[in-house]
Amino acid sequence: MKLSPLYGHGIACGFPSPADDHKEAALSLDEHLISKPAATFMARANGDSMMGLGIFDKDLLIVDRSLTPAHGDVVVVALDGQLTCKVLDQQQGRLLSANDDYAPIPIWEGQELIVEGVVKASVRYHRPR
Amino acid sequence: MLVLVDCNSCYASCEQIFRPDLRGRPVVVLSNNDGFVVARSKEAKLLGIGDLEPFFKVQHLLRAHRVAIFSSNYPLYGDISHRVMTTLREFGPNVEVYSIDEMFLDLHGLQEDWSDYGRKIRNTLWRNIRMPVGVGIAPSKTLAKLANRAAKKIPKCDGVCALDTPEKWQWMQRRTAVNDVWGIGRRLTKRLADFGIETAYDLAQANPKILRRRINVNIERTIEELNGIPCLGLEEEPPAKKQIYCTRSFGEKLTGLPPILQAATLYASRAAEKLRAQKSLVKSIHVFLHTSPHEPNYYSCSVVVQTPYPTDDTRVIVRLVREAIADLYRPGCRFMKAGVGLIEIIPRALGQRDLFTPGQSLRAGQTMQAMDRINKKFGRGTLFLGAEGIQKKWKMRQAFTSPAYTTRWGDLPRVVT
Repeated sequence: MKLSPLYGHGIACGFPSPADDHKEAALSLDEHLISKPAATFMARANGDSMMGLGIFDKDLLIVDRSLTPAHGDVVVVALDGQLTCKVLDQQQGRLLSANDDYAPIPIWEGQELIVEGVVKASVRYHRPR
Repeated sequence: MLVLVDCNSCYASCEQIFRPDLRGRPVVVLSNNDGFVVARSKEAKLLGIGDLEPFFKVQHLLRAHRVAIFSSNYPLYGDISHRVMTTLREFGPNVEVYSIDEMFLDLHGLQEDWSDYGRKIRNTLWRNIRMPVGVGIAPSKTLAKLANRAAKKIPKCDGVCALDTPEKWQWMQRRTAVNDVWGIGRRLTKRLADFGIETAYDLAQANPKILRRRINVNIERTIEELNGIPCLGLEEEPPAKKQIYCTRSFGEKLTGLPPILQAATLYASRAAEKLRAQKSLVKSIHVFLHTSPHEPNYYSCSVVVQTPYPTDDTRVIVRLVREAIADLYRPGCRFMKAGVGLIEIIPRALGQRDLFTPGQSLRAGQTMQAMDRINKKFGRGTLFLGAEGIQKKWKMRQAFTSPAYTTRWGDLPRVVT
């Protein structure tokens, strides 16, 4: 899960670059998006129920298992043996889609809801890959 | 204190991480070439599927019980193992990776309620990775092994066992046969029986000096360790391998020489890659080829060849291996397996030059480095010797491989939205 640094240059010889003293660590999308690499997995979104939150079909999801899910979080749950992405409505005990075509999914009392992780970010591609 | 963390049915558990539908269901993982069952989930064990059962023997049972079957998926298992290790380092910096599914963690100087602490480790690994583990905690490695065994075997332990006082470890030792002690094999068990030593407790109470004289120094260490005196330190850097073998069965029996040469080329290349990774050079190579021992006219042969100079150059190693294979080959035989072993290995720094034969050229070393770097960056097999062949028909059978969920973009798990 290493992305390339955003810059990298070599200076062959001659004067030392006056910029060298001001060089800072390169920006890393890895660091920005992922705080716990060992607990994070990436997944591919499949479907249209989360479009209202900007998660479209084939988007990349970055899912952190170490986070404690809170009300309103976008989470990945194990639903009917499938990994499924929904919004967690803890107050009313429901899983919500972000698309009016899909009804909320109630969590019945006594039913064990297995949250597989919290979706920290999603990545959209603006050019087909 | 030392902690031994052991992944439960490691490979089978890895297969369940991104497949919640498989949790609580019987799952088995097969060895290279789909030959044997090498991992079974708890549910598969309950069906009576034994360890290392040949696949063809249990196939009907697996199908009848709708057991999920997987070929070995090492990219996935390697990544998950690495995640377990990384997570363990949050609990203490000193980790020894004992094997892909077992790690020791040194918590020297820490004062904790050890059972609670073990539970915390176990819960974290489940939550962050979805890997079920057994946790054994004790002052020495041998006791930690004993604790880990108890963690798995005794249901009340629920996966965590701390043997942190003599009372606790002695209680356990009285209930443990001596052959279940770490490092006590079958032969040693027989010898110990001559001394009237049947349980781990008997061994712990034995006189270490006498047994050292009668058996060896290792037994003295084991006795000390059983009494909570650590004698075996943590090996954080794995020692360089003294031999590197790459041997596989072919996907199907081979009679022609060309595909066998191709396979041997690949095995030699893999071995050379590992050799360079540990910064070593090889002086002699073991090559073997055999047919199936279950078929008539079993034919097996091997040869050891010397390299002209200590080398890590894939091209030199491959040339020697190919010559050897061509010598060993017999027309008409249905070959099942070939292997390449780099057996005489020296550290690269000690690669002595000979006055009369030039050693490996600087250029050769650089070429190999470039090849390794490219393969590391763009994925294994990006650059390979043409002699491996492009279409590898002899390749291992791996009919049930799951996606490399965490290491290949195209294999990422799908989440229904």
